[in-house]
Amino acid sequence: MNPAAEVKTLVIDEMDVSARADQTILEAARDAGAWIPTLCHLDGVGDIGACRMCLVEVKGSNRLLPACVTRVEEGMAVTTHSERLVKYRRMILELLFAERNHVCAVCVANGACELQTLAQLHGLDHVQFPYRFPALPVDGSHERFSMDHNRCVLCTRCVRVCGEVEGAHTWDLMGRGVHSRVITDLSQPWGTSETCTSCGKCVQVCPTGALFEKNKVGTKLPKSRDFLMHLSVMRGGDR
Amino acid sequence: MNRKKLATVWLDGCSGCHMSILDMDERLLEIAGQCELVYSPLVDQKTFPADVDITLVEGAVSSDADAEKIRRIRARTRMLVSLGDCAVTGNVPAMRNSFGTEKVLRRAYGDAAGALLQVLGQGVPQLLPQVRPVHEVVFVDVHVPGCPPSAETIYSVLRELLAGRKPDVTSGTRFGA
Repeated sequence: MNPAAEVKTLVIDEMDVSARADQTILEAARDAGAWIPTLCHLDGVGDIGACRMCLVEVKGSNRLLPACVTRVEEGMAVTTHSERLVKYRRMILELLFAERNHVCAVCVANGACELQTLAQLHGLDHVQFPYRFPALPVDGSHERFSMDHNRCVLCTRCVRVCGEVEGAHTWDLMGRGVHSRVITDLSQPWGTSETCTSCGKCVQVCPTGALFEKNKVGTKLPKSRDFLMHLSVMRGGDR
Repeated sequence: MNRKKLATVWLDGCSGCHMSILDMDERLLEIAGQCELVYSPLVDQKTFPADVDITLVEGAVSSDADAEKIRRIRARTRMLVSLGDCAVTGNVPAMRNSFGTEKVLRRAYGDAAGALLQVLGQGVPQLLPQVRPVHEVVFVDVHVPGCPPSAETIYSVLRELLAGRKPDVTSGTRFGA
């Protein structure tokens, strides 16, 4: 049977919900009006479950499951908010803040940052983990855009939008663990990239101040993601 | 009336948080009526007294003098409040951590001003190898992020603390606010 035509019934936060068999818990929850926090998820590109903000509890499973990459199943009972989930989501945010140098006060994205907003929504008033203060570079070699690795949360939205939507695949990931970094082409200055079309999609989808347009800061830096949904509709996709 | 004892201290910060305290304007009178300001850069008191009820700390722990001061203050304070992003996260002062204290001193006072030998001499507090947020050095009871936290935020925090309640901080402020 075509999974898009098959209907599953499940329970999300004690609400009876029906969803297409090819939908994720995140999609089903959103259709039902239940909010699950996300960071790496972006409507219009594929999900990879990188950030773990959307972890939910599923009855019968000891593990927490990322809602963005878990398909709905018949009879599933999902909890999107609990003390345990809030604890882990806060911990994820704290680890992100501790891992690199997120100095909100002097960041180009101050006031327009998804990490900052999520922190406030989760009542994060300080970070319990010791800050690492790594020495990280800023790549300003591109004519119009800059990449500040201090602010990167490795959500890989830039990698996905560049590969899946623009089709250039200029961005990719290098290294492992805390040494992971997004790179352009063969880890060379962005301005020397031969594949970059300078379309700016990566900049628009970046949730923090890691990718930004030169000379645009703070509230003058409204990132617009609407183009992604228009593009996917025009191309006949259903995302 | 038993008025609570309030103190404010200024470690490695820009004094913006203290400016924001003053920004409470006429509400300062209301706060002043409920407490006694026993120590602050704003008053002429040289030593930190014992038995303080609430201390607001602006700034990160940056020098050996900061660390010594905050330990003494912690021992003499019932409710220690990290006020602003420098105290809570390290913020701008901690940006030197990625480079190293020595390199930053050399750049600021050596290369730029040719005064390195004087700076490294006696009489001034020695900078620590790393700037740390206050809660990494001593226990902190309440964290108030913001750069600086607004006068409204500081007012509501003080009002709640003076009434003996724990304030809800993050509904009104955030990192970088």
